Amino acid sequence: MAFKQSVQKYSGKISEVELGTGEKAIKLGGEHVLPFYSFDGDTGNKPSIGVEILDIYPDSWIESYQEMYKEVANDTVEWAKYVESNSGADFICLKFDGADPNGLDKSPEECAEVAKKVAESVSLPLVISGTGNHDKDAKLFEKVAEALDGYNTLMMSAVEDNYKAVGASAGMAYNQKVGAESSVDINLAKQMNVLLTQLGVKGEKIVMNIGCSAVGYGYEYVASTMDRIRLAAFGQNDKSLQMPIITPVAFEIGHVKEAIAPVDDEPTWGCPEKRTIAMEVSTAASCLVGGSNAVILRHPESIKTIKELVSALV
Amino acid sequence: MALKALDIFKLTPKKNCKDCGFPTCMAFCMKVASGAVDVEKCPHMSDEALAKLSEATAPLMKTLKVGAGESEYTFGGETVLFRHEKTLVNKNRYAVEFCDCMNEEQVDAKIANMKLVDYIRIGEEMKVEIAAFKYTGNKEAYLNLVKKVKECGLDVAYILHCEDAAVAKEALEIVKDSKPMVFGATKDNYKEMIDVVKGDKLALGVKASSLEELYATTEAIHAAGYKELILDVTGESIKETYTNAVQVRRIALKEQDRTFGYPSIVFANKLSDNNPMMEVALSSVFTVKYGSIIVIDDIDYAKALPLFALRQNIYTDPQRPMRVEPKIYPINNPDENSPVLVTVDFALTYFIVSGDIERSKVPVWLVIPDAGGYSVLTAWAAGKFGGNSISQFIKESKVEEVTNNRDIIIPGKVAVLKGDIEENLPGWNVIIGTEESMEIPKFLKDYKAKKDEALANA
Ligand code: B12
Ligand code: SF4
Repeated sequence: MAFKQSVQKYSGKISEVELGTGEKAIKLGGEHVLPFYSFDGDTGNKPSIGVEILDIYPDSWIESYQEMYKEVANDTVEWAKYVESNSGADFICLKFDGADPNGLDKSPEECAEVAKKVAESVSLPLVISGTGNHDKDAKLFEKVAEALDGYNTLMMSAVEDNYKAVGASAGMAYNQKVGAESSVDINLAKQMNVLLTQLGVKGEKIVMNIGCSAVGYGYEYVASTMDRIRLAAFGQNDKSLQMPIITPVAFEIGHVKEAIAPVDDEPTWGCPEKRTIAMEVSTAASCLVGGSNAVILRHPESIKTIKELVSALV
Repeated sequence: MALKALDIFKLTPKKNCKDCGFPTCMAFCMKVASGAVDVEKCPHMSDEALAKLSEATAPLMKTLKVGAGESEYTFGGETVLFRHEKTLVNKNRYAVEFCDCMNEEQVDAKIANMKLVDYIRIGEEMKVEIAAFKYTGNKEAYLNLVKKVKECGLDVAYILHCEDAAVAKEALEIVKDSKPMVFGATKDNYKEMIDVVKGDKLALGVKASSLEELYATTEAIHAAGYKELILDVTGESIKETYTNAVQVRRIALKEQDRTFGYPSIVFANKLSDNNPMMEVALSSVFTVKYGSIIVIDDIDYAKALPLFALRQNIYTDPQRPMRVEPKIYPINNPDENSPVLVTVDFALTYFIVSGDIERSKVPVWLVIPDAGGYSVLTAWAAGKFGGNSISQFIKESKVEEVTNNRDIIIPGKVAVLKGDIEENLPGWNVIIGTEESMEIPKFLKDYKAKKDEALANA
């Protein structure tokens, strides 16, 4: 038999979602094929890598990560400017841990002001992440979306409990993009997209967060959910699953033992900084070949490695 | 593989004699096609027909073994491209590469690292399973290297990475009993390489400068009668390698072309340009996508912890979540003064939590109710791990009879359950534990110190 490449043509295509404005704007999605399967067809836009910063000092991060940002992390705007010039990231994920009702419980208005100042000070696209408290996030996203009108940001995330509020403000009133979050299940992912579109948010304005875990912590479910979502989007041309996927890898790595256990606890394991970077890199690389169009990381070295990987794969 | 009942029927004598135990030849063939019955059950099949059938029903991807004894590893035998379709069966293995160009210290350092990184995660031993020896021209150094690693006390399988058949043969003499893989058959030397391996039916690694050439070389090796192969998918670039890895697996399983129906080997070290983090990235990529043996430059915990964890996840059975039995688990020899801890019956959670409790050395009764085999938050969100069910299980398990301590420590992630449990379990004192299990040792030590102090003062 003669050698013949195996080529798989699909009818479906991932929608193209733009974030940010001007020269630094990025596009997510647009591919017709599984991640980096250039032998099958158009791989769309190159996946984007984001860097996570907080609206408060990152007390919960490991020491070396705090150390890295200690000069700037008390001032969110400075921190944002710093990562813009130093991290190499394609976008900034600003996470409002300070708004958590179980923490500082900052008001949505206060957060909106911070977000606005950040947007005015940097030119990278912004992704806004909330507290995980669905009621608070609904209010938070409304105010932040309003303050960031015109910056074309992504509000992450709308969940079943608050999608109406988040969709109506971010997705409709203020012309932002909406992150549809679900918990590691193809049907739940689909349902969130359907709910948002039925509400009136256009499909091209939705980016999915289908859930994430660190490798070793239930990642098999993440991997298979991504495979199934992408196969349905391409093979069955399922419009309700043709949104780009964003995966906040850093949120998950920041608390697993393999990454952060102090040297005193695990003397043979070596430096936690290196371990954390490796966990970020491994999880991000796995997500990207699984179907993520964007990943969010913390360490500049993880970002550099993953950017190199992506450039080598497209 | 995808042979239809009708195709098999054409090969039967069509006697309907029932000797196979089925009323008609067709009924028999339908069972054979579904895989339920072995075709040999018909005593009247001609040898020719049997040969044809065994060819057609042979697995699309060959299963083969490398190594011996404790270090015998099985590769290949996969039937699906995506793990949700069916379980992936033979997990990839990691190899660390040595070379005759390395000096003693470098060799010693790698051996030491391979010995150091050896640990248990969720009941599975995690370590580099293979040592690969790359030959770059210094025969004496090469043979000494193989000897040295063989005698260093590492239990691993070997890869002799050597395109010079004569040298490979000499090296093989040293580690023959360990059933190594011999790597380096090319379009030019495959005949000599087959001669090296065929006596012991060893796995032969095949390499080529392109996918076309790999295909042609594999065909030539088939024609020469050898079928114990592992295909090198490493290309000049990362992109080419990714393409090759996907293509080889897909051509085998989807296009059903057995020429590529073999496990693969990926030299992540070669593509990483001495960047250990890139090695982690690439090893992850090829753990997810179709690498069978992944060769890296060296090992340390920073690399191993994510890679082995990822592999463990990717190769679990999607149809069968790993669970542990709901019951009381005594840890660190608890007695009538020891507290009760509660967690879920998800194997991952159990192994992490019990490991950390052991590290604390504080004796406890770990109570695990039926939580559907889910993680703490998943079980809670699914309604399988709530105040009621926990309280119920505490009562049923009769943990009250083994301890007089009425403190019950719950996972920090379900702190909201405190009130519920206290309501359902009068007399018990619910303590909210830490969110992460990693913090358990400190938490339990502090708890115990406080308890002891209270006792001393009482
Ligand atoms: C994999 C996964 C699944 C898998 C199930 C895997 C399994 N066997 O459990 C699947 C895909 C099936 C699944 C399903 C669902 N999931 Co789910 N899932 C996850 C995911 C990605 C990882 C969970 C995991 O494996 N964690 C690792 C284990 C080890 O963690 P753990 O059990 O909590 O244990 C840790 C600690 O709790 C602590 N600990 C444990 N025990 C104890 C005991 C003591 C005493 C102490 C001190 C500490 C301690 O130690 C451990 C290590 O630190 C998480 C998100 C995430 N990244 O965490 C979502 C998540 C848990 N799932 C969620 C949800 C909502 C669901 C569903 C209800 C979705 C739905 N509506 O159908 C379903 C429920 C199941 C059903 N109805 O069939 C939510 C829960 C939200 C919430 N806060 O309540 C999460 C958080 C995702 C999210 N952000 O929305 N899920
Ligand atoms: S034994 Fe063979 S020939 Fe006889 S009925 Fe069965 S299949 Fe047909």
